[in-house]
Amino acid sequence: MLRVDALQAIYPELKDQIVVTIMGAVAAELYTIGHRPNFFYLEHAMGLASSMGLGIALSKPRHKVVVIDGDGSLLMNLGTLSTMARYRPGNLLHIVFDNQSLLSVGGFPTATATGTDLAGVARACAIPEVAEADTPERLKQAVAGALAGGTLTTVVAKVEAIGPKSFHMDLPLLENRFQFKRALEALQ
Amino acid sequence: MPVSLANSQVIYDALKACDVKIVSALPETWLVHLIRMADDDPEVSLIRVAKEEEAIGISAGAHLAGVNSALLMQNHGFLAAINPIVSLAQLYKIPLLMLISYRGHMGERDPWQTQGGMVTEPLLRALGIPAWHLSNPHDAKRRIKDAQTLAHASLSPVAVLLTRELMWEE
Repeated sequence: MLRVDALQAIYPELKDQIVVTIMGAVAAELYTIGHRPNFFYLEHAMGLASSMGLGIALSKPRHKVVVIDGDGSLLMNLGTLSTMARYRPGNLLHIVFDNQSLLSVGGFPTATATGTDLAGVARACAIPEVAEADTPERLKQAVAGALAGGTLTTVVAKVEAIGPKSFHMDLPLLENRFQFKRALEALQ
Repeated sequence: MPVSLANSQVIYDALKACDVKIVSALPETWLVHLIRMADDDPEVSLIRVAKEEEAIGISAGAHLAGVNSALLMQNHGFLAAINPIVSLAQLYKIPLLMLISYRGHMGERDPWQTQGGMVTEPLLRALGIPAWHLSNPHDAKRRIKDAQTLAHASLSPVAVLLTRELMWEE
């Protein structure tokens, strides 16, 4: 599965949610599909998109929060799975695109390429609902199900290590930050 | 355990006066009473993190969602969180109210705390993070409120160093 096809498939589910992504291919592809003021792209601080999502989910309990993580980022902050599982906000959905690679910095393999099973780690950390998806349709189903329900969910989606031709986004990071905060303020 | 309960209460009351709703923490001896107070307070969400880096992300998320938060950390936790302080909080202009137990400085008997104690203030200065020393309980409410006010006005991390004089009774 290509990540861009997966993002296209779930975009209708995402577009009205609070979304926090990691940097790199995920951010560039989602931005290109269609930026929204309720999308925040964490352009640094690898590993902390899920921690930010947790902070938002706890602060906005009546709104759904979707974090789009990656294997390299999650491996830099595995403790986040145990912290999310501990407080298990039901309005948080954690999607992990696993391309077994640090794609944007040369494609070096991550530990998921040599057997680390992030869905297994999530289950062992007591994330209450863990799903795996290997097609855009299955991912869409898992995402729609998690957003309709009220259970903290991690979905690990295996994707190919292929990214966009350009990682450029015509959106300065501070503009994204202030726009996103205003979008959250406007939510009832 | 000679951690000052009375002064911990003064600090906790100061956080409440700042309308703090989320407190993230990683346990450390001087912070035990503060963490228990947050845990017992139904108006506050205590988030026990596995590593202090997570707390920077949690506070950033809370800020963008319009909720005041505070971080309870030891100074070695501050050292552990320097990258996200720089590449999330400072890069993205996120205010942080960091209450840092200042171990390894004057009066410290534990050798393992001393190296971190000696580099804490030089690192705060190198990062351009304003810091109060809190050693007098009478200053606590004003200084914690002022630290929060500066953090929000400057959209930057601000540190409050909880000193031995305040936290430890001998």
